[in-house]
Amino acid sequence: MVTVRFTSTLREFTGQDEVEIDAPNVRRLIRLLDERWPGLGERLTDGMSIAINGEIIPDAEFEDLPDGAEVHFITAIAGG
Amino acid sequence: MTRVPVSCTINGHEEAFLAESGESLLNALRDEVGLTGVKEGCGTGDCGACSILVDGRVTCACLIFAPEAEGHELTTIEGLADAGHLHPLQQCFLEGAALQCGVCTPGFLLAAKALLDKNPHPTETEVRYALAGNLCRCTGYDKIIRAVLDAAADMAAATGDAA
Amino acid sequence: MTVTDDPTTNPGYKWVGTRPIRPDGLDKVTGKAQFSADLVLPNMIEGAVARSPHAHARIVSIDTSVAEAMPGVQAVITGADFPDLAEAGAPAADVRESKKIIARDKVLFEGHPVAAVAATTRQEAQKAAAAIVVEYEVLPHALTVSEAMAEGAPVLHDDLITANVEPTPETASNVASRAVQQRGDLDEGFAAADVVLEHRYTTKPVHQGYIEPHAAVADASQNGRVNLWFSSQSPFDIRATTAKLIGCSPSRIKVTPAEIGGGFGGKTVAYVEPIAAMLSRKANRPVRVVMDRHEVFLATGPTSGSVTNDGKITAADIWMAFEAGAFPGSPVGAAAMTAIACYDVPNFFIEGFDVVVNKPKVAAYRAPGAPIIAFGVEGLLDELARAIDMDPIELRLANAAEEGVQAPYGPVHPRIGMVETLEAIRDSDHYRSPVPEGCGRGVASGFWFNIGGNSVATVNVHEDGNVSVIYGSPDIGGSRASMALFAAEELGIDVERVTPHIADTDTIGHTDVTGGSRVTLSAGKVVVEACRMIKDDLRRRAAKTWDCDLDEVDWVDGQAQHVSGTESPLSLAALAGKAGRTGGPISATYTENVRGAGAGFSTQLVDVRVDEETGQTEIVRYTTAQDAGKAIHPSYVEGQMQGGVVQGIGWALNEEYIHRADGTLDNPGFLDYRIPVASDLPMIETIVVEVPNPNHPYGVRGVGEVGIVPPMAAIANAIDRSTECRLHDLPMSPVRLLSAINDRDARD
Repeated sequence: MVTVRFTSTLREFTGQDEVEIDAPNVRRLIRLLDERWPGLGERLTDGMSIAINGEIIPDAEFEDLPDGAEVHFITAIAGG
Repeated sequence: MTRVPVSCTINGHEEAFLAESGESLLNALRDEVGLTGVKEGCGTGDCGACSILVDGRVTCACLIFAPEAEGHELTTIEGLADAGHLHPLQQCFLEGAALQCGVCTPGFLLAAKALLDKNPHPTETEVRYALAGNLCRCTGYDKIIRAVLDAAADMAAATGDAA
Repeated sequence: MTVTDDPTTNPGYKWVGTRPIRPDGLDKVTGKAQFSADLVLPNMIEGAVARSPHAHARIVSIDTSVAEAMPGVQAVITGADFPDLAEAGAPAADVRESKKIIARDKVLFEGHPVAAVAATTRQEAQKAAAAIVVEYEVLPHALTVSEAMAEGAPVLHDDLITANVEPTPETASNVASRAVQQRGDLDEGFAAADVVLEHRYTTKPVHQGYIEPHAAVADASQNGRVNLWFSSQSPFDIRATTAKLIGCSPSRIKVTPAEIGGGFGGKTVAYVEPIAAMLSRKANRPVRVVMDRHEVFLATGPTSGSVTNDGKITAADIWMAFEAGAFPGSPVGAAAMTAIACYDVPNFFIEGFDVVVNKPKVAAYRAPGAPIIAFGVEGLLDELARAIDMDPIELRLANAAEEGVQAPYGPVHPRIGMVETLEAIRDSDHYRSPVPEGCGRGVASGFWFNIGGNSVATVNVHEDGNVSVIYGSPDIGGSRASMALFAAEELGIDVERVTPHIADTDTIGHTDVTGGSRVTLSAGKVVVEACRMIKDDLRRRAAKTWDCDLDEVDWVDGQAQHVSGTESPLSLAALAGKAGRTGGPISATYTENVRGAGAGFSTQLVDVRVDEETGQTEIVRYTTAQDAGKAIHPSYVEGQMQGGVVQGIGWALNEEYIHRADGTLDNPGFLDYRIPVASDLPMIETIVVEVPNPNHPYGVRGVGEVGIVPPMAAIANAIDRSTECRLHDLPMSPVRLLSAINDRDARD
């Protein structure tokens, strides 16, 4: 069971601050979120990094999710 | 498009090359003589990256027509080290980390050499104003100024001529 | 000066933390280093680009016939020579990129390339480019966010529908997208506040200002491949872009990175590379294309100009609109994420709009987005501090983000150094010294994420026991020195025995951009890990040599040592000499998509003196404290800090794009786009704070970017304390400051 927190336009899209989802990895998580909020899946894969328990992970599609993890989706940062 | 012959001394050697009458000395040095250490940053005399010494005087090579070099003594960055021995300025720049990307460095070294040749004991302010014609975007100038002051001190100590 | 927070950051390293001469230094002080305009190939010809004189126009026709017949001309290309990505159904981002490189039906900024020529000399190419006849239908233009968002504004892209707004608009506009960060309850937050302040801020576009203009050499004339040489921060990304634009597979292009004369984010994207490649293909000869300074200002990325509104610290309500330039993609999203990232604010609503305008597409510039919004937030915090009569450092300390605090963009912070940078300034000699006569003092803080990313390193041991470290990150600030130090430390050998080498795109695996303050972290990590693989391999070979167990072999001071002391140690050279007998060449490659980048914080302090007759601001004293995690080569960490500060000083006091009414640029040169020179500045005092990043073997945090975030606000704060004039618009140039001073005097 992981907790996904929404802070950006995702909070508006879902209408919620957070949601608990039972998913063992990121791929499954995104699929389940997309089932719950159709169209959300696309927003979560395009140019997004994922923070799992505070660690920002780029290209996280195949990451495992530890039980009890806190997950944030954040726009991938470029730099200069 | 007439190309004219130009004869001058470059880094202590007699050189002869062809250049178009309207070609800048910067382009001639880079393209005809092959001295690519002279850099173009702006082509309009605003950045100092193309600084060379003409008869010991620091000048932007982009502001001189190549034929004007006829008969003069030019020093480019390639001529700063003496037979493999780095000039104290080059050594101090390396030790003081006074360069990051390095593209402005040739111009700064020559402008600094011109300063120290004329004024061996400059103050920090004098160094800053002497180098105000050379732009650097990487370093914020701090380590460059320190390196020039260090080189001045080293050169004074070497000649036994303390300020 | 280095302030160490944690004894584990200095556990007796022998090489890391020292200041050797950088490996590429000799070539750079003798003029031997090759930047991309320096490269000469046999049979090479020169290119020149024909550019739009208009800010916004439809291209009616292009006639290249005169140009093609001119002396020396070998090839002429226009947008029509490139594959039509729109027709091919390519992703929108790729289509936009192709139109940015060379226009098709429309020009969207003065300087937009419309055609290019390759000829025997640069002069001939330029003459021919000038002889290309383009018929334009000039269109009205929009230069600022206000103009672009106004009712009836000229629309740049007729298919641009604003993303992330509800409901989805039905008609195209110049607003590309909306970004939001939010938490808590704004009304509740403001109701609980004693003081609420609000202001509107504007900033102007500024250019990264690298001294080396863009240049590329392309050779498409040999063995069906394209060889490219150019200065950039991202050889692999630009290879990918060029491949898409000229219609070939990325691996058919080999990029050999040249030395880079400054980037700061502006050289992370393609400009002349695809043009050089296409010209070379058509001319069947190597082609060199070099931009001049005029073209750099006209056609390469500045960062955004902006308009923003700010609120109070226990609640923050921020509205932003950033210029994206001709195509979507301003850093407004990052600005929304960083705006209050230095602080723990429970209630906030931060909204930003990405707006297209008729200027070159913005490119990244050192912590993109963060400096712009920091000007507003850090300035407002100072006004709040004055309003409640609180020391501005104490105000920041009372609200500072620290480990366990949730960042505005979501995740909880691990160990970070915001508080330590504030304390370093508070305890500094500068802060403890009285404000000099006639001066004002200002302080500001800043944050940047720093990133990790894809890196790979190969370490080879030569028969003389010396080591090559091969990786793919162009060196824009001295990182070669850091890689050498990592290898020296790990292998226990003198740093002089390590040669770092930045490889071409065939020789090294895919490497992400040199940017985002990632190289010391990411390239460093893979270099360290590759060295550890080498050490394990060397121990195994020693065990084979001594016919003993692996756990009887230690690696100490660059040698294999038997734990019992009964064998003579084996050096790298000794082991390399028998490599063939112990398994083959000694070489290891380590690859990782590095994660665990540590956020960087900076707090800066400045004393200014304003000449109230001229409006000129003198920087009297400047101190910057920045958390580097662990300074691998302290001189280059200091250099990054100082360079960022001075760019910020220019941004604060003078730099701006000045456009004429017809949308053309009035100051495309260093004379009138005035960046700081040596005589403008004092020494920049640096305090390197070290709060180690727990996710890196050496505790490294990126240092390249965050230094540019605080200066504009720090200087605005100092000017306010000095003159009682609070400026909300950048730059705070003499004309503007004088006007504010006159207004102040008229009031009093």
